[in-house]
Amino acid sequence: MVTVKLENVTKIFRGGVEAVRDLNLEVKDGEFLVLLGPSGCGKTTTLLMIAGVYKPTKGYIYFDDKIVNDLEPKDRNIGMVFQSYALYPHMSVYENIAFPLRLKKLPKEEIDKRVREAASMLHIENLLDRRPSQLSGGQQQRVALARAVVKQPGLFLMDEPLSNLDAKIRIEVRAELKRLQRELGITTIYVTHDQAEAMSLADRIAVMNEGRLMQLGTPDELYYKPANTFVAGFIGAPAANLVEADVVETERGLELSMLGTRFPLPSDLAAAVQGVSRVVFMVRSEDVKISPGKGFFVYSAEWLGRETFVHIQAPDGTLLRVTLPPGQHVAVGEAVSVSFDYKKVHLYRPSGELIV
Amino acid sequence: MKLSREASKKVLVLVMLLPAAATITLFLAFPAALTVLISLTELDYRFQWIWCGVGNYAKLFNSPVLQFIVKATAIYVAGTLAFNTLMGLVIALVSTRVHEGLGTFIRAIWLLPRVLPSVVWALLMMWIFSPLEHGFLNSLIVKAGGKPIPWTFLYHWPFLFIVNGFIGSSLSGIVFSSAIKSIPQDYIIAARVDGASSFTIVRKIILPMIKWHIAFFVAYNTLSLIASFEYILLTLNGGPGFYSTEVMILHAYHLAFGQYMVAMDFGYAATIVTILLVIGLVLSIAYWRVFRLRRLMIEPKLE
Repeated sequence: MVTVKLENVTKIFRGGVEAVRDLNLEVKDGEFLVLLGPSGCGKTTTLLMIAGVYKPTKGYIYFDDKIVNDLEPKDRNIGMVFQSYALYPHMSVYENIAFPLRLKKLPKEEIDKRVREAASMLHIENLLDRRPSQLSGGQQQRVALARAVVKQPGLFLMDEPLSNLDAKIRIEVRAELKRLQRELGITTIYVTHDQAEAMSLADRIAVMNEGRLMQLGTPDELYYKPANTFVAGFIGAPAANLVEADVVETERGLELSMLGTRFPLPSDLAAAVQGVSRVVFMVRSEDVKISPGKGFFVYSAEWLGRETFVHIQAPDGTLLRVTLPPGQHVAVGEAVSVSFDYKKVHLYRPSGELIV
Repeated sequence: MKLSREASKKVLVLVMLLPAAATITLFLAFPAALTVLISLTELDYRFQWIWCGVGNYAKLFNSPVLQFIVKATAIYVAGTLAFNTLMGLVIALVSTRVHEGLGTFIRAIWLLPRVLPSVVWALLMMWIFSPLEHGFLNSLIVKAGGKPIPWTFLYHWPFLFIVNGFIGSSLSGIVFSSAIKSIPQDYIIAARVDGASSFTIVRKIILPMIKWHIAFFVAYNTLSLIASFEYILLTLNGGPGFYSTEVMILHAYHLAFGQYMVAMDFGYAATIVTILLVIGLVLSIAYWRVFRLRRLMIEPKLE
């Protein structure tokens, strides 16, 4: 429907708070892009700039090839969904959905037809006469989605639309949302702080922190090749292990001195860290292997049904997060030794950039 | 003797209610009852309790003055109420639209007339709208080469709406603006994105969402205006001309306290006050019904 491009977009609020800094981003036609980051990272500010509620302090926002910096929100043809749903409490569900169409002064029959279409698309035909206060959270969010859909917008903007829902309903509406977006093919920009939600919905994810873009990529890329320690620590549950390590040279080759012990580096990794003295070692919990041995202790174990999640205490006291494969069990207090799947390990500079 | 749980609970409730009940009885119910009683007497400067039945009421309903004071009361209450409510809305909408600091400043400035002593405020307004050449507005007009306008003679009602309204609307302005500020921003953003103009947002979103606050203010302000005469007394005092701004409560004041010894017609004055009391009660019930204020009292309408 529409491509969105942000070029060097910066937003500084009155009082000097820099919410977004030099953001460059391109959202393709029909793409589902998630803006992901912790609260205060500038993701909602970015969304509101795309909506036209805020004006960028610097930089340009393009819809297709047109600069829209000064375009009013109502002229951008966007459908927006909020965490609070923002359904008008004094209007019925029908009136809420019809509201944007009434403002466009469409003929009555046309409005009625489109409201009923949108309602049936979201399975809320039987709720049209109710007030928002008489609906459950999941139903309210469906109404909010219907109100966004009914305009036939070129772009969906969604600000944490599922965050107020119960876990079970959230997964249900999430699937619905994904299906709807696919069916309609509408370009969607979706803001969330929940990385699991981002991974499950997005074609691509833009991870933001402190107003800057940390990485832009598919869920796969973010998971398997995080560009920096922030993304490495933010994406994935349980969170990846990030351990500071010294690179030391021995007669057997380069070794990592960390966790109160030493790990020899395979040759490809060793070549990459030649001349570097300190690194951050990153390994996901499922890429840590433990076997009976000594040096490490099982600190805690949580059986999650399929696999077991354990904390392993290293000789220097650090706790490592480890996910055991189905079938493997350990006892708390047991002494173990640890090895890593080096093909999936990443090394970063102490400043956070990826080395390998 | 030991009280049962139920009984001791009831005793506790009664004890807790006692201070409020005592205050209401002493300062509200008792004076009201006394006023009704006095209206049935010929109580005057001699302070003799001479019963005269409904004689005072008969006198009032046959009085040629009645139509003037009823009309003046209706105009005064309706006009000032409209001024207060609309002006309050304007203040609230403007002061919440502009920068936060400026908005607070506007509302604070608006409080000045309220904190000024009423006599000073009345004097100030009399000077501004004085029909004489040295009145503030007229001196400007004269300087510009025009003829002085007899403001308070030609426009006595608008003048009184302004004198009262600048005070009344500071309250409504604050009530309405705090209500507007508590509307979650998402509603406004959603409406803007959906294509609503500022005017439409005010009409379709903001006003419906603060209707409870408006209803409360209208009800409260009507009742207080029925019994208010301070600024009329201090400025036009029922004039200009024959009872043109003499509202009922002001007339009652004049009858009772207008002139030492000459007025002091307490019995007759109480008649008017009693009628106002009944009007107030009827309006309270009407508002309670029409605005469904009970619902307003039960649950908060905006957090």
